[in-house]
Amino acid sequence: MKPDALKPFLPIFGVAGLLVAWSIVTWRQWVDPVLLPSPVSTFAALWNGMNGGPLGFDFVKTVYRTATSTAIAAMIAIPLGIVLGSAERVYRSLEFVIDFFRSTPASATFPLFLVLFGVGDETKISVAAFGAILVILFNVAYGVMNARKTRLLAAKVMGASRLRVLFDVMLLESLPQTFVGLRNGVSLALVIIVVAEMFIGSQDGLGHSVFEAQQLFDMPRMYAAIFAAGALGYGLNLLFLLIERRFVHWSGK
Amino acid sequence: MNAAPQARRLQAMALRAAGTAKPPHVTIRGLCKRFDTTPVYENFDLDIPRGELISVFGPNGCGKSTLINMIAGLVAPDGGQILFDGMRLSEIKFGYVFQNYREALFPWLRAFDNIAYPLKIMEVPPAERRARTERLVAHLGITLDFNLYPYQMSGGQQQLVSIMRALIVEPEILFLDEPFSALDYEMTLFMREQLQRIFMETGTTTVLVSHDLEEAVYLADRVLLLSRHPARIADLAAVASARPRTDATLSDADFVRTKAHCLDVFQREVRRA
Repeated sequence: MKPDALKPFLPIFGVAGLLVAWSIVTWRQWVDPVLLPSPVSTFAALWNGMNGGPLGFDFVKTVYRTATSTAIAAMIAIPLGIVLGSAERVYRSLEFVIDFFRSTPASATFPLFLVLFGVGDETKISVAAFGAILVILFNVAYGVMNARKTRLLAAKVMGASRLRVLFDVMLLESLPQTFVGLRNGVSLALVIIVVAEMFIGSQDGLGHSVFEAQQLFDMPRMYAAIFAAGALGYGLNLLFLLIERRFVHWSGK
Repeated sequence: MNAAPQARRLQAMALRAAGTAKPPHVTIRGLCKRFDTTPVYENFDLDIPRGELISVFGPNGCGKSTLINMIAGLVAPDGGQILFDGMRLSEIKFGYVFQNYREALFPWLRAFDNIAYPLKIMEVPPAERRARTERLVAHLGITLDFNLYPYQMSGGQQQLVSIMRALIVEPEILFLDEPFSALDYEMTLFMREQLQRIFMETGTTTVLVSHDLEEAVYLADRVLLLSRHPARIADLAAVASARPRTDATLSDADFVRTKAHCLDVFQREVRRA
């Protein structure tokens, strides 16, 4: 077998290694089995939970909240980022404000949003959207501002109007950076949603599932919920990468 | 499509044959430009003859690119007047080819759509855009896969697409800013031939900035030699060698003499403190 033929299968070794190490640790009982259940019981809990169990329902809830908050964030941040990015002086005057709130832990604003929106879904979704907006906005604006000057000149020299340069050149130039923003935004939204589901009087969602399993000391179920959240985060990132590769085929080239 | 440039070229050739002085295509009068405190151009006058290929050559930083950028409207002059048959730039069609083809083409468009894009700006209907682009491709006889995206093409192919994009509007004048300096030598030689062929086909007045004297002389009808700033015309040397020029032209006595003369003028200007 040529070394190259092995390449696509290399990630499997890492996963297999982790599972083997985990199996040995639980089999030899090096760690209290109450704290670390075996892979078999964890994946059994994951399978049963996702197949008609409550975990599947919680998973869907979290997907719904993350997707909604990311969609709201994108709808606000992308147009705003394009406008701000194309008017660099306006962006510079707002840069500190954007950077400040982008650096503020979104979890610190939970109480504020609780006062504003109550304990329902609106609070979770709006906190997550608020966090994601700033990340996406920042990236879109920079994508527009860093549009290749030669490309803008090329369009200008052909006689393109400002509006046409904006839509035909700047918008497309900013797409690779916009996708960086969307990937970061959706990851942040998921983090915020899961935390919110743990603590803000939640009845469902993956965060609630993890928290409840911990309260009941149902460790296999807790690990299963953590893995479900991990798979969701990884899946969302992968989804955006695939969309980017399909529609922003020139990215990085 | 090419009736107008063709007619102009024939007219130009007839004038040349008759020995009559052609009316200049571009007239530059009293051009002034300074960067910070450095005067790059001070009351600069130049006539660019119609249907000729002019190479601009000169010492580093003398403002070669600035000159064509001012003529093409990319850099605003501080003073002076640039007219094209008495008309302003906004009234004429022109093409511009950038040195950096990688950043000048649109990576989200296929080569074909890159070439057709200026027609979109001119609000030409899609069907006609397609037809005109196909005609240009056929006319120039360039064999390339125009369905590729720029990043899938070699540097030379990308620059060829850039040149075709500049030609699609049937420009009255074509500007090229060091178009081959980012290419390897083999590709540069190939591209020189392509540009010469395109020029002979279209007869478009062409202004080429070059940093390679051999290339400047090889391609040009006249070599515009600039002095150090503030730039003066050190010489406007005619290149008599007949077209199409080939590798044999490079060792042709006439060509060698012209090139040596240009080098002389250039070195004189470089040494002038």
